[in-house]
Amino acid sequence: MDWVNAVVQGVLLGGLYALFASGLSLMFGVMRFVNIAHGDFIVMAAYGALVIVGATGLYPLWTMIAIVPGMALLGFVGQRVLLNRTLGEDILPPLLVTFGLSIIIQNVLLEVFSADSQKLQAGWLETASIPIAGGLNIGLMPLLIFVSALIVIGGLQTFLYRTPVGRVLRATSDDQETVRLMGADNARIFAYATAIASAVVGIAGVYMAMRTNFDPSVGPARLLFAFEAVIIGGLGSLWGTLVGGIILGVAQAIGAQIDPGFQILAGHIAFLFVLVMRPQGLLPRMRG
Amino acid sequence: MTDTKQHYVVERSTRTSRFASGAAAAIILALALAPWWAGLGELRILIEIFYYIALAQMWSLLAGYAGLVSIGQQAFVGLGGYLLFALAIFGGLHPIVALVVAGLVTAVAALPIALVAFRLTGAYFAIGTWVIAEVLRLSFAQFPALGGGSGISLPAGIVRDMAGSPEGRQFLVYWVALAIAFASIALVLALLRSRWGLAMTAIRDSRPASESLGVEAYRTKLMVYVLAAGMTGLSGGLIFLQKLRISPDAAFSVSDWTALVIFTVVIGGIGSVEGPIIGVILFFLLREVAADWGSWYLILMGSIAVVTMLFAPRGIWGLISSRYDLELFPVGRRLRVDPERRDRKE
Repeated sequence: MDWVNAVVQGVLLGGLYALFASGLSLMFGVMRFVNIAHGDFIVMAAYGALVIVGATGLYPLWTMIAIVPGMALLGFVGQRVLLNRTLGEDILPPLLVTFGLSIIIQNVLLEVFSADSQKLQAGWLETASIPIAGGLNIGLMPLLIFVSALIVIGGLQTFLYRTPVGRVLRATSDDQETVRLMGADNARIFAYATAIASAVVGIAGVYMAMRTNFDPSVGPARLLFAFEAVIIGGLGSLWGTLVGGIILGVAQAIGAQIDPGFQILAGHIAFLFVLVMRPQGLLPRMRG
Repeated sequence: MTDTKQHYVVERSTRTSRFASGAAAAIILALALAPWWAGLGELRILIEIFYYIALAQMWSLLAGYAGLVSIGQQAFVGLGGYLLFALAIFGGLHPIVALVVAGLVTAVAALPIALVAFRLTGAYFAIGTWVIAEVLRLSFAQFPALGGGSGISLPAGIVRDMAGSPEGRQFLVYWVALAIAFASIALVLALLRSRWGLAMTAIRDSRPASESLGVEAYRTKLMVYVLAAGMTGLSGGLIFLQKLRISPDAAFSVSDWTALVIFTVVIGGIGSVEGPIIGVILFFLLREVAADWGSWYLILMGSIAVVTMLFAPRGIWGLISSRYDLELFPVGRRLRVDPERRDRKE
């Protein structure tokens, strides 16, 4: 029963990882751009929620009303002012600039908030659970996060395939030069893509703050989880990203069941296993 | 007709680079004699400078020439360090012998690591190498014999038997560090001047074009990656031979062994032999001033690196060399008119 429970909890944890990963996946899909500071942006959103709760006493979930548009705006401006300057043939500038940003964000958060571990108290939502057959319980919060991941990914998928802006984003993903010839402004398209990805980062950050302890140094680990979910699922596929998140979550939960020290290691090993056996991922849609 | 046909010669060295070679020989001699003119405190800083030069040269070789941007070089620093401790403690080898073996074994271990990491390209390769370093960090924390998560010290007996006296030990570590820094520069120069160097720059500039001319991109990259890993492992062994204590978090630290190295190389000038040296020297000068600033120091280094990348992507050395057309290390080829051979056209 313990094992069944571990797998179920792992699947639900996978929802959070899919939320981490879908912003990364969207940005790579449209711009061929990997933001090394992605995890630190998630942590930044979590601290934003912490500040709002501290100042207003709001229930943590409601901070999304401010955090999600706030992160989207930050993403839009950041892409226009800073990141667009780094894009081009050479992969070094975007990589190194976002790596520098990652170190800067971690250390600024450390100066402002100290290294103390933080968590948003979600009250009844943390303890509430739905009993399933045979003593198995599903926590309401993990379930809420998982359902949110389904809604976010479904929404992104609809947006990309059913709206005019989504069509331009997909066209840019296929061929930047041609889209520009058709009269689209790449710099603006990239800024929209980053704004959307950052809104998802905002959602992921608030959920992370409610679900787990965090401190300024946990960003890189979130980046690695997001990256692993993207690669396991297959580049460019949003539903694949969800599958990747679930596989990563289940691997971690099973590892933790064997020995608490194996949790993270088991996730990494599952990723490397998929990378060796099936480097294109499980549901690939594009080539890197 | 008085028209003349000019003959050209290809030169590898310039007057500056010949002068620089002489100066380099003098500097190396002075540094080799440092135990007689410097105090133990200065020697300690020089040791640090030397191993950072080696780490920076290797990262610059990978990113600037082979097009392999790695955020996982701490994997090889940690591996070299742990292998040194394991070989000295359980294998009974003299620490210097253990150091050399640790470097070789790290290079061998880099081969299977590369086979996995090379399945990813570009930015994803960078993050993939980071995952592999994390796997090593978490794995070494599971070995109780090597101190588990809290780490292990080099036993006093081994430290004592390394050299006749504590001072002698410090001198020995110093000379080994100097040798490693020298070897790292020599390795990069030798590679760049060989046909492998030509292949590397060709692949970096255009992989399809170079492959169509018969350059084997995969094998060239693999060889550079393994050589850089070996040299990085050697540096890692030296780092922890000086510290005398190792733990998973210190050995596989991304900020100490990769972030700072990347910042120094970017600031000094990526894709040159001079840049990493300049970057490391600047880094140590800055540290003398800003050592007490805590995390503000890393914020400053990161900001300078970001600004450099945006506005002067070839770093400080790039600015100097393009302004004055300088080259201290003879790696390029220049075309020059040969004044002695000038034929009259019939």
